[in-house]
Amino acid sequence: MALHPVRSALTAGGRRRAYRFSRVDAPHPPGAPFLCDPASGSRYNQPPQSGSEPILVQSAEQSIDAVPLLQAVGLGCERDDRTLFRRLDFAVQGGELLEVRGRNGSGKTTLLRMVAGLGEPDEGELRWRGRPLRRMRAELGSELCYLGHLPAIKETLTARENLRFAMQLKGCCASERIDAALAESGLRGFEDLPCRQLSAGQRRRVALALLRLLPARLWILDEPFTALDRQAVAQLEQWIEAHRAQGGAVLLTTHQPLGLGSAWRTLTLGESVA
Amino acid sequence: MSSATGVALHRIAAGLLRRELLLAWRRPGESLNPLLFYLLVGSLFPLGIGPDAAFLARIAAGVIWIAALLALLLSFDNLFRADHDDGTLEQFLLSPCPLYFLVLVKLAAHACIVGLPLLLATPLLGLMLALPAPAIGTLLCTLLLGVPTLVMLGGVGAALTLGLRRGGLLLSLLVLPLYVPVLIFGASAVQATQSGLPVTGHLAFIGALLAATLVTTPFAIAAALRISGG
Repeated sequence: MALHPVRSALTAGGRRRAYRFSRVDAPHPPGAPFLCDPASGSRYNQPPQSGSEPILVQSAEQSIDAVPLLQAVGLGCERDDRTLFRRLDFAVQGGELLEVRGRNGSGKTTLLRMVAGLGEPDEGELRWRGRPLRRMRAELGSELCYLGHLPAIKETLTARENLRFAMQLKGCCASERIDAALAESGLRGFEDLPCRQLSAGQRRRVALALLRLLPARLWILDEPFTALDRQAVAQLEQWIEAHRAQGGAVLLTTHQPLGLGSAWRTLTLGESVA
Repeated sequence: MSSATGVALHRIAAGLLRRELLLAWRRPGESLNPLLFYLLVGSLFPLGIGPDAAFLARIAAGVIWIAALLALLLSFDNLFRADHDDGTLEQFLLSPCPLYFLVLVKLAAHACIVGLPLLLATPLLGLMLALPAPAIGTLLCTLLLGVPTLVMLGGVGAALTLGLRRGGLLLSLLVLPLYVPVLIFGASAVQATQSGLPVTGHLAFIGALLAATLVTTPFAIAAALRISGG
Protein backbone atom coordinates (compact mmCIF):
# COMPACT_ATOMS: atom_id res chain seq x y z
CA MET A 1 0.00 0.00 0.00
CA ALA A 2 1.35 3.40 -0.87
CA LEU A 3 0.84 6.49 1.13
CA HIS A 4 -1.62 9.11 0.28
CA PRO A 5 -0.25 11.79 -2.02
CA VAL A 6 -0.64 14.82 0.19
CA ARG A 7 2.17 15.87 2.33
CA SER A 8 2.93 19.33 3.50
CA ALA A 9 5.85 20.68 5.41
CA LEU A 10 6.51 23.64 7.55
CA THR A 11 9.29 25.36 9.32
CA ALA A 12 8.53 26.40 12.84
CA GLY A 13 10.99 27.62 15.41
CA GLY A 14 13.91 26.47 13.34
CA ARG A 15 12.65 22.90 13.28
CA ARG A 16 11.23 21.32 10.22
CA ARG A 17 7.93 19.68 10.94
CA ALA A 18 5.44 18.19 8.62
CA TYR A 19 1.95 16.89 8.71
CA ARG A 20 1.25 14.00 6.58
CA PHE A 21 -1.67 12.26 5.17
CA SER A 22 -1.55 8.54 5.13
CA ARG A 23 -3.80 5.59 5.15
CA VAL A 24 -4.27 4.25 8.60
CA ASP A 25 -3.68 0.76 7.35
CA ALA A 26 -0.56 1.81 5.49
CA PRO A 27 2.39 2.76 7.63
CA HIS A 28 4.26 5.69 6.18
CA PRO A 29 7.21 4.38 4.16
CA PRO A 30 10.28 6.47 4.86
CA GLY A 31 11.47 8.29 1.77
CA ALA A 32 8.18 8.02 -0.05
CA PRO A 33 8.00 10.62 -2.80
CA PHE A 34 6.29 13.96 -2.37
CA LEU A 35 3.51 14.16 -4.82
CA CYS A 36 2.76 17.75 -4.05
CA ASP A 37 4.95 20.75 -3.61
CA PRO A 38 4.78 21.48 0.11
CA ALA A 39 5.08 25.20 -0.44
CA SER A 40 2.18 25.51 -2.83
CA GLY A 41 -1.49 25.12 -2.24
CA SER A 42 -3.57 21.99 -2.13
CA ARG A 43 -2.82 19.32 -4.65
CA TYR A 44 -5.07 16.89 -3.03
CA ASN A 45 -7.28 16.30 -6.00
CA GLN A 46 -4.60 15.70 -8.53
CA PRO A 47 -4.74 12.30 -10.17
CA PRO A 48 -2.58 9.63 -8.62
CA GLN A 49 0.78 9.24 -10.26
CA SER A 50 1.59 5.77 -9.08
CA GLY A 51 -0.34 2.67 -9.87
CA SER A 52 -0.60 1.47 -6.30
CA GLU A 53 -2.67 4.41 -5.11
CA PRO A 54 -5.27 3.45 -2.48
CA ILE A 55 -8.80 3.72 -3.69
CA LEU A 56 -10.78 5.95 -1.43
CA VAL A 57 -14.25 5.05 -0.37
CA GLN A 58 -16.54 6.24 -3.10
CA SER A 59 -20.09 7.31 -2.66
CA ALA A 60 -22.54 7.61 -5.49
CA GLU A 61 -22.52 11.39 -5.26
CA GLN A 62 -18.80 11.76 -5.02
CA SER A 63 -18.10 10.69 -8.55
CA ILE A 64 -20.42 13.39 -9.88
CA ASP A 65 -19.42 16.02 -7.36
CA ALA A 66 -15.90 17.15 -8.19
CA VAL A 67 -15.81 19.86 -5.52
CA PRO A 68 -14.89 18.38 -2.15
CA LEU A 69 -17.34 18.89 0.66
CA LEU A 70 -14.70 20.40 2.86
CA GLN A 71 -11.32 21.69 1.84
CA ALA A 72 -8.48 23.26 3.77
CA VAL A 73 -5.86 25.23 1.90
CA GLY A 74 -2.62 26.23 3.59
CA LEU A 75 -4.24 26.26 7.01
CA GLY A 76 -2.17 27.63 9.85
CA CYS A 77 -2.77 28.29 13.51
CA GLU A 78 -0.75 29.83 16.30
CA ARG A 79 -1.58 29.88 19.97
CA ASP A 80 0.41 32.07 22.33
CA ASP A 81 3.41 32.29 19.98
CA ARG A 82 3.38 28.52 19.55
CA THR A 83 2.76 27.21 16.08
CA LEU A 84 0.24 24.39 16.20
CA PHE A 85 0.21 23.73 12.49
CA ARG A 86 1.02 25.49 9.25
CA ARG A 87 0.38 24.90 5.58
CA LEU A 88 -2.09 22.19 6.29
CA ASP A 89 -3.92 20.99 3.22
CA PHE A 90 -6.65 18.41 3.17
CA ALA A 91 -9.99 17.73 1.62
CA VAL A 92 -12.90 15.62 2.73
CA GLN A 93 -15.40 14.19 0.29
CA GLY A 94 -18.82 12.80 1.02
CA GLY A 95 -18.52 9.25 2.37
CA GLU A 96 -15.06 9.82 3.81
CA LEU A 97 -13.82 9.69 7.35
CA LEU A 98 -10.80 11.70 8.36
CA GLU A 99 -9.29 10.88 11.71
CA VAL A 100 -7.20 13.70 13.14
CA ARG A 101 -4.41 12.33 15.25
CA GLY A 102 -1.80 13.90 17.42
CA ARG A 103 -0.57 14.12 20.96
CA ASN A 104 -2.38 16.11 23.62
CA GLY A 105 -2.03 19.79 22.84
CA SER A 106 -1.12 19.25 19.22
CA GLY A 107 -4.10 21.29 18.03
CA LYS A 108 -6.68 18.64 17.18
CA THR A 109 -9.56 20.39 18.92
CA THR A 110 -8.42 23.75 17.57
CA LEU A 111 -8.48 22.35 14.05
CA LEU A 112 -11.90 20.80 14.51
CA ARG A 113 -13.33 24.02 15.95
CA MET A 114 -11.83 25.91 13.04
CA VAL A 115 -13.47 23.58 10.55
CA ALA A 116 -16.79 23.99 12.36
CA GLY A 117 -16.43 27.77 12.03
CA LEU A 118 -15.90 28.40 15.75
CA GLY A 119 -12.43 29.81 15.23
CA GLU A 120 -10.70 31.68 12.46
CA PRO A 121 -7.52 30.25 10.97
CA ASP A 122 -4.49 32.49 11.36
CA GLU A 123 -3.53 31.74 7.79
CA GLY A 124 -4.98 29.81 4.89
CA GLU A 125 -8.57 29.18 4.07
CA LEU A 126 -11.30 26.67 4.67
CA ARG A 127 -13.84 25.98 1.98
CA TRP A 128 -17.23 24.40 2.30
CA ARG A 129 -18.48 23.01 -1.02
CA GLY A 130 -15.79 25.02 -2.75
CA ARG A 131 -16.70 28.38 -1.26
CA PRO A 132 -15.01 30.23 1.62
CA LEU A 133 -16.35 29.00 4.94
CA ARG A 134 -16.66 32.54 6.31
CA ARG A 135 -19.44 33.26 3.85
CA MET A 136 -21.07 29.85 4.19
CA ARG A 137 -21.84 29.91 7.92
CA ALA A 138 -25.59 29.45 7.64
CA GLU A 139 -25.27 26.78 4.95
CA LEU A 140 -22.64 24.89 6.93
CA GLY A 141 -24.70 25.33 10.10
CA SER A 142 -27.61 23.41 8.69
CA GLU A 143 -25.39 20.64 7.32
CA LEU A 144 -23.07 20.24 10.28
CA CYS A 145 -23.35 18.32 13.51
CA TYR A 146 -20.55 19.32 15.86
CA LEU A 147 -20.08 17.49 19.13
CA GLY A 148 -17.26 18.97 21.15
CA HIS A 149 -15.88 18.24 24.58
CA LEU A 150 -18.83 20.02 26.13
CA PRO A 151 -22.03 18.05 25.58
CA ALA A 152 -24.35 21.12 25.35
CA ILE A 153 -26.78 19.45 27.71
CA LYS A 154 -28.74 21.27 30.38
CA GLU A 155 -28.82 19.35 33.63
CA THR A 156 -32.26 20.55 34.63
CA LEU A 157 -33.86 19.54 31.35
CA THR A 158 -34.76 15.98 30.45
CA ALA A 159 -33.06 14.08 27.66
CA ARG A 160 -36.08 14.59 25.44
CA GLU A 161 -36.22 18.34 26.09
CA ASN A 162 -32.50 18.72 25.48
CA LEU A 163 -32.72 16.93 22.16
CA ARG A 164 -35.83 18.78 21.07
CA PHE A 165 -34.12 22.11 21.66
CA ALA A 166 -30.91 21.00 19.94
CA MET A 167 -32.99 20.04 16.91
CA GLN A 168 -34.98 23.27 16.94
CA LEU A 169 -31.71 25.22 17.03
CA LYS A 170 -30.79 23.55 13.76
CA GLY A 171 -34.18 24.37 12.30
CA CYS A 172 -35.43 20.77 12.52
CA CYS A 173 -38.83 19.95 13.85
CA ALA A 174 -39.21 16.17 13.51
CA SER A 175 -39.39 15.74 17.26
CA GLU A 176 -41.43 12.53 17.05
CA ARG A 177 -38.22 10.66 16.22
CA ILE A 178 -36.52 11.68 19.47
CA ASP A 179 -37.78 8.74 21.50
CA ALA A 180 -36.67 6.29 18.83
CA ALA A 181 -33.20 7.87 18.72
CA LEU A 182 -32.92 7.75 22.50
CA ALA A 183 -33.96 4.10 22.50
CA GLU A 184 -31.34 3.43 19.83
CA SER A 185 -28.64 4.91 22.02
CA GLY A 186 -29.74 2.73 24.89
CA LEU A 187 -31.68 5.30 26.87
CA ARG A 188 -35.15 3.80 26.74
CA GLY A 189 -36.87 4.67 29.98
CA PHE A 190 -34.58 7.63 30.66
CA GLU A 191 -36.37 10.07 28.34
CA ASP A 192 -38.07 12.03 31.09
CA LEU A 193 -35.36 12.09 33.72
CA PRO A 194 -33.50 15.36 34.26
CA CYS A 195 -30.03 14.93 32.78
CA ARG A 196 -28.61 15.75 36.21
CA GLN A 197 -29.56 12.21 37.23
CA LEU A 198 -27.81 10.58 34.28
CA SER A 199 -24.25 9.31 34.39
CA ALA A 200 -21.48 10.88 32.33
CA GLY A 201 -21.73 8.11 29.74
CA GLN A 202 -25.49 8.42 29.54
CA ARG A 203 -25.23 12.18 29.00
CA ARG A 204 -22.75 11.50 26.26
CA ARG A 205 -25.27 9.13 24.71
CA VAL A 206 -27.93 11.83 24.84
CA ALA A 207 -25.62 14.17 22.94
CA LEU A 208 -24.76 11.43 20.45
CA ALA A 209 -28.44 10.63 19.85
CA LEU A 210 -28.51 13.96 18.03
CA LEU A 211 -26.45 12.37 15.28
CA ARG A 212 -29.44 10.17 14.46
CA LEU A 213 -31.81 13.11 14.42
CA LEU A 214 -30.13 15.82 12.39
CA PRO A 215 -29.93 15.55 8.62
CA ALA A 216 -26.29 16.63 8.80
CA ARG A 217 -23.86 15.98 5.98
CA LEU A 218 -20.71 16.54 8.01
CA TRP A 219 -20.13 15.20 11.50
CA ILE A 220 -17.34 16.74 13.52
CA LEU A 221 -16.76 14.63 16.59
CA ASP A 222 -14.18 15.66 19.15
CA GLU A 223 -13.31 12.61 21.27
CA PRO A 224 -16.77 11.08 20.84
CA PHE A 225 -15.87 7.84 22.60
CA THR A 226 -15.06 9.48 25.93
CA ALA A 227 -17.02 7.94 28.80
CA LEU A 228 -18.81 5.48 26.52
CA ASP A 229 -18.98 1.78 27.34
CA ARG A 230 -17.95 -0.84 24.81
CA GLN A 231 -21.48 -1.38 23.55
CA ALA A 232 -22.01 2.33 22.94
CA VAL A 233 -18.66 2.60 21.17
CA ALA A 234 -19.69 -0.21 18.81
CA GLN A 235 -23.04 1.49 18.29
CA LEU A 236 -21.42 4.80 17.42
CA GLU A 237 -19.03 3.10 15.01
CA GLN A 238 -22.02 1.50 13.36
CA TRP A 239 -23.70 4.92 13.06
CA ILE A 240 -20.54 6.34 11.52
CA GLU A 241 -20.51 3.54 8.94
CA ALA A 242 -24.17 4.13 8.12
CA HIS A 243 -23.59 7.87 7.83
CA ARG A 244 -20.70 7.31 5.43
CA ALA A 245 -22.71 4.83 3.38
CA GLN A 246 -25.28 7.59 2.88
CA GLY A 247 -22.60 9.94 1.58
CA GLY A 248 -21.92 11.77 4.82
CA ALA A 249 -18.47 12.88 5.88
CA VAL A 250 -16.93 12.49 9.32
CA LEU A 251 -14.06 14.34 10.93
CA LEU A 252 -13.08 12.98 14.30
CA THR A 253 -10.38 12.76 16.92
CA THR A 254 -9.96 9.89 19.28
CA HIS A 255 -7.26 8.22 21.28
CA GLN A 256 -8.90 4.84 20.98
CA PRO A 257 -8.39 2.46 18.09
CA LEU A 258 -11.27 2.73 15.66
CA GLY A 259 -13.02 -0.47 14.74
CA LEU A 260 -14.52 0.39 11.39
CA GLY A 261 -15.25 -2.00 8.56
CA SER A 262 -14.23 0.31 5.73
CA ALA A 263 -11.01 2.21 5.24
CA TRP A 264 -10.46 5.74 6.40
CA ARG A 265 -7.75 8.32 6.31
CA THR A 266 -5.74 9.92 9.06
CA LEU A 267 -4.17 13.31 9.47
CA THR A 268 -1.41 13.47 12.04
CA LEU A 269 -0.66 16.80 13.63
CA GLY A 270 2.61 17.87 15.16
CA GLU A 271 4.72 15.17 13.62
CA SER A 272 8.33 16.03 13.10
CA VAL A 273 10.06 14.98 9.92
CA ALA A 274 13.72 14.13 10.25
CA MET B 1 -37.38 36.36 7.38
CA SER B 2 -35.72 33.20 6.34
CA SER B 3 -32.08 32.51 5.62
CA ALA B 4 -30.71 30.87 2.52
CA THR B 5 -31.20 27.44 3.99
CA GLY B 6 -34.88 28.00 4.54
CA VAL B 7 -34.79 27.87 8.30
CA ALA B 8 -38.03 28.86 9.94
CA LEU B 9 -36.96 31.55 12.38
CA HIS B 10 -40.24 31.63 14.25
CA ARG B 11 -39.84 27.95 15.10
CA ILE B 12 -36.32 28.48 16.41
CA ALA B 13 -37.51 31.52 18.38
CA ALA B 14 -40.39 29.55 19.91
CA GLY B 15 -38.04 26.70 20.82
CA LEU B 16 -35.50 28.98 22.44
CA LEU B 17 -38.15 30.97 24.31
CA ARG B 18 -39.71 27.77 25.56
CA ARG B 19 -36.37 26.44 26.73
CA GLU B 20 -35.42 29.65 28.54
CA LEU B 21 -38.75 29.72 30.38
CA LEU B 22 -38.45 26.03 31.22
CA LEU B 23 -34.94 26.52 32.61
CA ALA B 24 -36.11 29.46 34.71
CA TRP B 25 -39.06 27.43 35.95
CA ARG B 26 -36.84 24.50 36.97
CA ARG B 27 -34.36 26.82 38.69
CA PRO B 28 -36.60 29.50 40.18
CA GLY B 29 -33.89 30.76 42.55
CA GLU B 30 -31.84 32.36 39.82
CA SER B 31 -34.69 34.46 38.51
CA LEU B 32 -36.12 35.28 41.94
CA ASN B 33 -32.85 36.56 43.44
CA PRO B 34 -32.98 39.89 41.57
CA LEU B 35 -36.59 40.34 42.67
CA LEU B 36 -35.74 39.78 46.34
CA PHE B 37 -32.75 42.11 46.02
CA TYR B 38 -34.99 44.77 44.48
CA LEU B 39 -37.56 44.52 47.25
CA LEU B 40 -34.94 44.49 50.00
CA VAL B 41 -32.94 47.45 48.70
CA GLY B 42 -36.14 49.40 48.09
CA SER B 43 -37.45 48.74 51.57
CA LEU B 44 -34.14 49.65 53.25
CA PHE B 45 -34.63 53.29 52.33
CA PRO B 46 -37.78 53.97 54.36
CA LEU B 47 -36.17 52.06 57.23
CA GLY B 48 -32.98 54.10 57.04
CA ILE B 49 -34.48 57.51 56.34
CA GLY B 50 -37.50 57.36 58.59
CA PRO B 51 -41.25 57.77 58.04
CA ASP B 52 -41.09 61.23 56.49
CA ALA B 53 -43.65 60.64 53.72
CA ALA B 54 -43.01 63.92 51.87
CA PHE B 55 -39.25 63.35 51.73
CA LEU B 56 -39.64 59.66 50.78
CA ALA B 57 -42.01 60.57 47.96
CA ARG B 58 -39.43 63.05 46.63
CA ILE B 59 -36.61 60.49 46.46
CA ALA B 60 -38.82 57.47 45.63
CA ALA B 61 -38.42 57.57 41.86
CA GLY B 62 -34.64 57.67 42.03
CA VAL B 63 -34.50 54.97 44.71
CA ILE B 64 -36.75 52.58 42.81
CA TRP B 65 -34.94 53.14 39.53
CA ILE B 66 -31.53 52.57 41.12
CA ALA B 67 -32.78 49.46 42.94
CA ALA B 68 -34.19 48.07 39.67
CA LEU B 69 -30.98 48.86 37.85
CA LEU B 70 -28.80 47.13 40.44
CA ALA B 71 -31.15 44.14 40.65
CA LEU B 72 -30.92 43.69 36.87
CA LEU B 73 -27.16 44.06 37.02
CA LEU B 74 -27.07 41.06 39.37
CA SER B 75 -28.75 38.87 36.78
CA PHE B 76 -26.35 39.51 33.90
CA ASP B 77 -23.34 37.62 35.13
CA ASN B 78 -25.05 34.31 34.43
CA LEU B 79 -26.79 35.44 31.25
CA PHE B 80 -24.45 33.69 28.81
CA ARG B 81 -22.13 31.96 31.27
CA ALA B 82 -24.23 28.84 31.83
CA ASP B 83 -24.60 28.35 28.08
CA HIS B 84 -20.90 29.01 27.61
CA ASP B 85 -19.85 26.51 30.28
CA ASP B 86 -21.95 23.59 29.05
CA GLY B 87 -21.28 24.09 25.34
CA THR B 88 -24.72 25.34 24.32
CA LEU B 89 -23.19 28.60 23.16
CA GLU B 90 -21.07 26.70 20.64
CA GLN B 91 -24.27 25.23 19.25
CA PHE B 92 -25.76 28.74 19.10
CA LEU B 93 -22.79 29.83 17.03
CA LEU B 94 -23.26 26.82 14.75
CA SER B 95 -26.97 27.25 14.24
CA PRO B 96 -28.09 28.09 10.70
CA CYS B 97 -30.11 30.84 12.35
CA PRO B 98 -28.31 34.22 12.59
CA LEU B 99 -26.70 34.68 15.99
CA TYR B 100 -28.11 38.19 16.52
CA PHE B 101 -31.59 36.77 16.23
CA LEU B 102 -30.91 34.09 18.85
CA VAL B 103 -29.42 36.80 21.08
CA LEU B 104 -32.51 38.95 20.65
CA VAL B 105 -34.81 36.07 21.60
CA LYS B 106 -32.67 35.10 24.58
CA LEU B 107 -32.61 38.66 25.89
CA ALA B 108 -36.35 39.00 25.37
CA ALA B 109 -36.79 35.86 27.47
CA HIS B 110 -34.44 37.29 30.09
CA ALA B 111 -36.38 40.56 30.18
CA CYS B 112 -39.58 38.57 30.78
CA ILE B 113 -38.09 36.25 33.39
CA VAL B 114 -36.23 38.88 35.42
CA GLY B 115 -37.86 42.17 34.41
CA LEU B 116 -41.51 41.22 34.67
CA PRO B 117 -41.37 40.24 38.38
CA LEU B 118 -39.62 43.56 39.11
CA LEU B 119 -42.38 45.41 37.30
CA LEU B 120 -45.04 43.53 39.24
CA ALA B 121 -43.36 44.31 42.56
CA THR B 122 -42.97 48.01 41.76
CA PRO B 123 -46.40 49.18 43.01
CA LEU B 124 -45.57 47.62 46.38
CA LEU B 125 -42.29 49.50 46.60
CA GLY B 126 -44.06 52.66 45.44
CA LEU B 127 -46.51 52.39 48.32
CA MET B 128 -43.67 51.79 50.79
CA LEU B 129 -41.98 54.96 49.58
CA ALA B 130 -45.23 56.96 49.77
CA LEU B 131 -45.45 57.52 46.03
CA PRO B 132 -48.91 58.79 44.89
CA ALA B 133 -50.89 56.59 42.49
CA PRO B 134 -50.38 58.67 39.28
CA ALA B 135 -46.64 58.70 39.90
CA ILE B 136 -46.65 54.89 40.32
CA GLY B 137 -48.40 54.67 36.94
CA THR B 138 -45.70 56.78 35.30
CA LEU B 139 -43.01 54.78 37.08
CA LEU B 140 -44.44 51.56 35.64
CA CYS B 141 -44.49 53.07 32.14
CA THR B 142 -40.86 54.19 32.41
CA LEU B 143 -39.81 50.78 33.74
CA LEU B 144 -41.74 49.01 31.00
CA LEU B 145 -39.71 50.89 28.40
CA GLY B 146 -36.52 51.11 30.44
CA VAL B 147 -36.04 47.54 31.67
CA PRO B 148 -35.71 46.03 28.15
CA THR B 149 -33.19 48.79 27.35
CA LEU B 150 -31.20 47.93 30.46
CA VAL B 151 -31.33 44.21 29.60
CA MET B 152 -30.03 44.83 26.08
CA LEU B 153 -27.18 47.01 27.35
CA GLY B 154 -26.41 44.50 30.08
CA GLY B 155 -26.24 41.80 27.44
CA VAL B 156 -23.39 43.68 25.74
CA GLY B 157 -21.47 43.78 29.03
CA ALA B 158 -22.21 40.12 29.75
CA ALA B 159 -21.01 39.07 26.30
CA LEU B 160 -17.84 41.14 26.54
CA THR B 161 -16.89 39.80 29.99
CA LEU B 162 -17.78 36.20 29.16
CA GLY B 163 -14.19 35.09 28.69
CA LEU B 164 -13.17 36.40 32.11
CA ARG B 165 -13.43 34.21 35.16
CA ARG B 166 -14.46 36.99 37.55
CA GLY B 167 -16.09 39.43 35.21
CA GLY B 168 -18.77 40.63 37.62
CA LEU B 169 -17.14 43.88 38.70
CA LEU B 170 -15.91 44.73 35.23
CA LEU B 171 -19.41 44.10 33.96
CA SER B 172 -20.79 46.70 36.39
CA LEU B 173 -18.11 49.20 35.42
CA LEU B 174 -18.85 48.67 31.74
CA VAL B 175 -22.59 48.76 31.95
CA LEU B 176 -23.43 51.33 34.64
CA PRO B 177 -22.26 54.39 32.66
CA LEU B 178 -24.50 53.26 29.80
CA TYR B 179 -27.44 53.19 32.19
CA VAL B 180 -27.15 56.88 33.06
CA PRO B 181 -29.45 58.29 30.32
CA VAL B 182 -32.17 55.73 31.06
CA LEU B 183 -31.92 56.45 34.79
CA ILE B 184 -32.08 60.23 34.30
CA PHE B 185 -35.13 60.17 32.05
CA GLY B 186 -36.86 57.41 34.02
CA ALA B 187 -36.55 59.15 37.37
CA SER B 188 -37.29 62.61 36.02
CA ALA B 189 -40.47 61.40 34.31
CA VAL B 190 -41.83 60.35 37.70
CA GLN B 191 -40.76 63.63 39.27
CA ALA B 192 -42.48 65.49 36.43
CA THR B 193 -45.74 63.63 37.19
CA GLN B 194 -45.40 64.59 40.85
CA SER B 195 -45.00 68.23 39.86
CA GLY B 196 -48.00 68.02 37.52
CA LEU B 197 -45.93 68.38 34.34
CA PRO B 198 -46.43 66.39 31.12
CA VAL B 199 -44.28 63.26 30.82
CA THR B 200 -44.69 62.41 27.13
CA GLY B 201 -41.30 63.89 26.29
CA HIS B 202 -39.53 61.77 28.88
CA LEU B 203 -41.32 58.64 27.82
CA ALA B 204 -40.60 59.36 24.15
CA PHE B 205 -36.92 59.70 24.97
CA ILE B 206 -36.81 56.39 26.88
CA GLY B 207 -38.69 54.80 23.99
CA ALA B 208 -36.12 56.17 21.57
CA LEU B 209 -33.34 54.70 23.71
CA LEU B 210 -35.13 51.35 23.66
CA ALA B 211 -35.50 51.46 19.88
CA ALA B 212 -31.86 52.36 19.43
CA THR B 213 -30.56 49.59 21.70
CA LEU B 214 -32.98 47.08 20.22
CA VAL B 215 -31.59 47.52 16.72
CA THR B 216 -27.90 47.89 17.56
CA THR B 217 -27.05 45.76 20.59
CA PRO B 218 -27.96 42.29 19.19
CA PHE B 219 -25.26 42.74 16.54
CA ALA B 220 -22.73 43.96 19.12
CA ILE B 221 -23.57 41.05 21.44
CA ALA B 222 -23.34 38.53 18.62
CA ALA B 223 -19.91 39.89 17.64
CA ALA B 224 -18.72 39.80 21.25
CA LEU B 225 -19.99 36.24 21.71
CA ARG B 226 -18.11 35.11 18.61
CA ILE B 227 -14.91 36.52 20.07
CA SER B 228 -15.16 35.60 23.73
CA GLY B 229 -17.49 32.63 23.57
CA GLY B 230 -16.35 30.86 20.46
